[in-house]
Amino acid sequence: MESVVGFVALAAGLIIGLGAAGACIGIGIMGSRFLEASARQPELMNTLQTKMFLLVGLIDAAFIIGTGIALWYTTANPFVS
Amino acid sequence: MASGNQTSSEYVNHHLLHLSNAGDMPVGLFAPSIMNFDTLFWSLAMGLLTIFLFWLAARKATSGVPGRFQCAIEMLVEMVEDQSKNIVHGDRTFVAPLALTVFVWVFFMNALDLLPVDLPHFVFAALGLGDLIHYHRIVPTADLNGTMGLALGVFALMMFYSVKIKGLLGFCKELVCAPFGAHPALWVFNLGLNIIEFVAKTFSIGMRLFGNMYAGELIFVLIALLGGSATILGFVGHVFAGTVWAIFHILIITLQAFIFMMLTLVYIGQAHESH
Repeated sequence: MESVVGFVALAAGLIIGLGAAGACIGIGIMGSRFLEASARQPELMNTLQTKMFLLVGLIDAAFIIGTGIALWYTTANPFVS
Repeated sequence: MASGNQTSSEYVNHHLLHLSNAGDMPVGLFAPSIMNFDTLFWSLAMGLLTIFLFWLAARKATSGVPGRFQCAIEMLVEMVEDQSKNIVHGDRTFVAPLALTVFVWVFFMNALDLLPVDLPHFVFAALGLGDLIHYHRIVPTADLNGTMGLALGVFALMMFYSVKIKGLLGFCKELVCAPFGAHPALWVFNLGLNIIEFVAKTFSIGMRLFGNMYAGELIFVLIALLGGSATILGFVGHVFAGTVWAIFHILIITLQAFIFMMLTLVYIGQAHESH
C-alpha cells in the first residue's frame, strides 16, 4: 500500500515536472520570436501580442491538463482503494 | 465541517467533493447516474447573469453619447466582432453573438473561483442550509462535467455548421476524402484521421479549461491550509500567497475565457471551409 502511494507521488512529480519543462521551453522560444519581431517591426506589436497570448494558452494546455491530473492523483488518489 | 481537529488532507478532500446525488461515495470516471447539482446550479446562474447583463445594456442603449456601461459593452462587442471577422468567412449573424456569449459566460463561471474558499460554507450556515449542503464546489468550470458539456456544445455547433455549409452529402464526402485524397483505398485513413481530429478538438478544448480552473481552485485550497495552521507565520503566508495567486488568477481566468472563445470561432470557421 505504501509502495503504491510512493509510486503515485513519484508519478505526479514526473507529470508536473516534464510538462513544465516542455511548456516553458516552448513558450520561451515563442516569446523570443515575439520580442525579435517587435524589435524589427514595432507597429505590429499589438496584433502580435494578442496572438501571442492565444498561443500561450494553447501551449500551456497539455501541461495544465497534466497538472490537473497529477493534482487529482495527489489528493483523491484513484489507485488507492 | 467546523468540527475540532480536521487533518489537512481531510480539509482538502472535503473541498474537492461536489454536491451530488452520490454524497461522499467515490465516483468513477464515467457514472451517468450521478449529477453534480452545484455545477448545474452555478452554470445556469452565471448564464442567466450573462443574459441579464446584455439585456440591461441593450435596453438602455442610445445612439447619442454613450455612458460608461454602454461604452464598456461596446468595446467588448467590438473586440469579439473583430476576432470573428478575421476567422469566420461566412454569415456571422449567429456566430459572433455566440462567441460573445461564450466569452462572457465562461468568464463569469471562472470568476467564481475568486470568492474565498470557505465563503459558501459560511453563507449556507447563515442561511440555515448547513445540514442539507455538506459538500459544495462553486466553480462550474472546475468540474470536468461542466467543461466537457461546453466542449460538446461546441462540437454540436461544428457538426451543425459543417452540414449546413457543405450539405450532408458534401460533409460525408469530405470526411472520407480529406486530407489525403479521393482514392477509395485512402477512405479508411481519411475517416480515421477526421474522427481523431474531431475527438482531439473537443477533448482538448474541454480539458484545457478544466485543467486550468481545477489547478487554480486546488491551489487556493492549499493556500487556505496555510491560514488554517493558526500561527502568525501561517496567517501572513496565507494573506500574501493568496493575494499573489488571486491576482495571477485574474489573468488566467480572462485568458482561458478568451482562448475558449477564440477556439470556438476557429472551429466554426474551419467548418465553413471546404476543400
